[in-house]
Amino acid sequence: MPLQGNLRDFSTTQLLNLINLAGKTGTLMIFEGIKSNERDGIGNIKQLAGGEKARVSFNKGKLIAAQLGAQDGNLVAVLNKAGKLTDDQARIIRERAKNTNDKALALLLINANYVSQRDIVASVQQHTLDVVYNLLTWPDGPFRFEDNILPGTDRIVVPIDLENVIIEGARRIREIEQLTSHLPNLDMALKFPENPKEKFKGIHLSVEEWRVVSFVNPRNTIRQIAKANNMSEIEIRRIVYGLEQAGLVEIIAPPGASAAVSSGRTGGSTGALPATQTRAPNVEKGVVDRIINRLRNMQ
Amino acid sequence: MVVTGPYSSGKTEFIGAISEIDVVRTDTKVSSEAEARVKSETTVAMDFGRITVDDDLVLYLFGTPGQKRFDFMWEILAEGMLGFIVMVDSTKPETFREANDILGTFRAFAPTPFVVAANKQDLPDAWSIEDLKIALRIDEETKLLPCIASDKESVKNVLLELLYSILEEMEKAN
Repeated sequence: MPLQGNLRDFSTTQLLNLINLAGKTGTLMIFEGIKSNERDGIGNIKQLAGGEKARVSFNKGKLIAAQLGAQDGNLVAVLNKAGKLTDDQARIIRERAKNTNDKALALLLINANYVSQRDIVASVQQHTLDVVYNLLTWPDGPFRFEDNILPGTDRIVVPIDLENVIIEGARRIREIEQLTSHLPNLDMALKFPENPKEKFKGIHLSVEEWRVVSFVNPRNTIRQIAKANNMSEIEIRRIVYGLEQAGLVEIIAPPGASAAVSSGRTGGSTGALPATQTRAPNVEKGVVDRIINRLRNMQ
Repeated sequence: MVVTGPYSSGKTEFIGAISEIDVVRTDTKVSSEAEARVKSETTVAMDFGRITVDDDLVLYLFGTPGQKRFDFMWEILAEGMLGFIVMVDSTKPETFREANDILGTFRAFAPTPFVVAANKQDLPDAWSIEDLKIALRIDEETKLLPCIASDKESVKNVLLELLYSILEEMEKAN
């Protein structure tokens, strides 16, 4: 039987937990949600499955591979992203090994001393985790789990225990909720405090933080700054939170805008059942026996 | 016995499949557009079915209203029940959370034995029993039974399993 639904009703964390506990083997596919004219069982607009956004594979309840739809997930891209290959090296290898699969390419790279086996395993593992942590934050999208469908044998897969992924995922979701409740409205702007020179003295900022700082201006909304820097909502929230806590920026309403903020996201997870002890109803055993006999003999 | 569960999970059909009388339905036209898309009529106060056991014993089956706005009825129906059945539509994961909430609520009302019936197991997009068990966070001791509410044998099986659970509780108590 297929396991299908929508992440808004059954979250990625819940799915990972199910796959882990059931020890499933197969591939989870998450799709772009296309609004339909129909409603589901609780009155929400039904989403039909559009293009595939992500694909995550599992073997006996362990995470083994993950891929975002639009992302280049081959070994060269993964090693390049992990800093194990430079952009130039990646470009040359792509040109020369166009038709070489990941496993064969890994052997070539190890033999040529470009990377070690450990580099490859760590990079593939990190890539898989990055994809899964990303999709843990997706609030909705149709999904389907196909039993026994696995990546091709030419792909490098690294088995990862799901327990830690679920714990880390839950931590990240909590962080997102905290950041979202602290900064619910990205249409606010940033300004420097009084005496910014004093505040910035001796402060070491990351590249990303400097990129945000360079756009600080009451006319730029935080959303615009994120877009200009190609940052996700959570990345910009994290950076703005850090800058604000350090007293380096202040959050203000942009000119002509209302300072009203929207409320934070409301979560939705199924609560565990209360541990209520069941107890026998107040009837005689003979009565129950009679009902059982009647039902058994019913045609 | 009480049959409960989310809106449109198959409670009325379940009672109708086994009751020896036509189910006393207090169905009415649904009032919201969303509900109307799921089914055109719904149970307002409760469904009511009957199985005569013998000359002086009758088993009554009560179906609770599915919509939240009628949940004041639940406590009334829960009073004095032998046990309860929570119906879950196995094809609608969007209702699992509500099914879980209803189960918790009924357990708090009356700690009588219960079973969970995974309805519509004959449909191709139904979640499997194993997956539902995890999705609904049902513990090992709780019976999660495959069910087709339109099929009398399947309904009989669910009722019998609930009765066996009631017997077990009685034996434990003695």
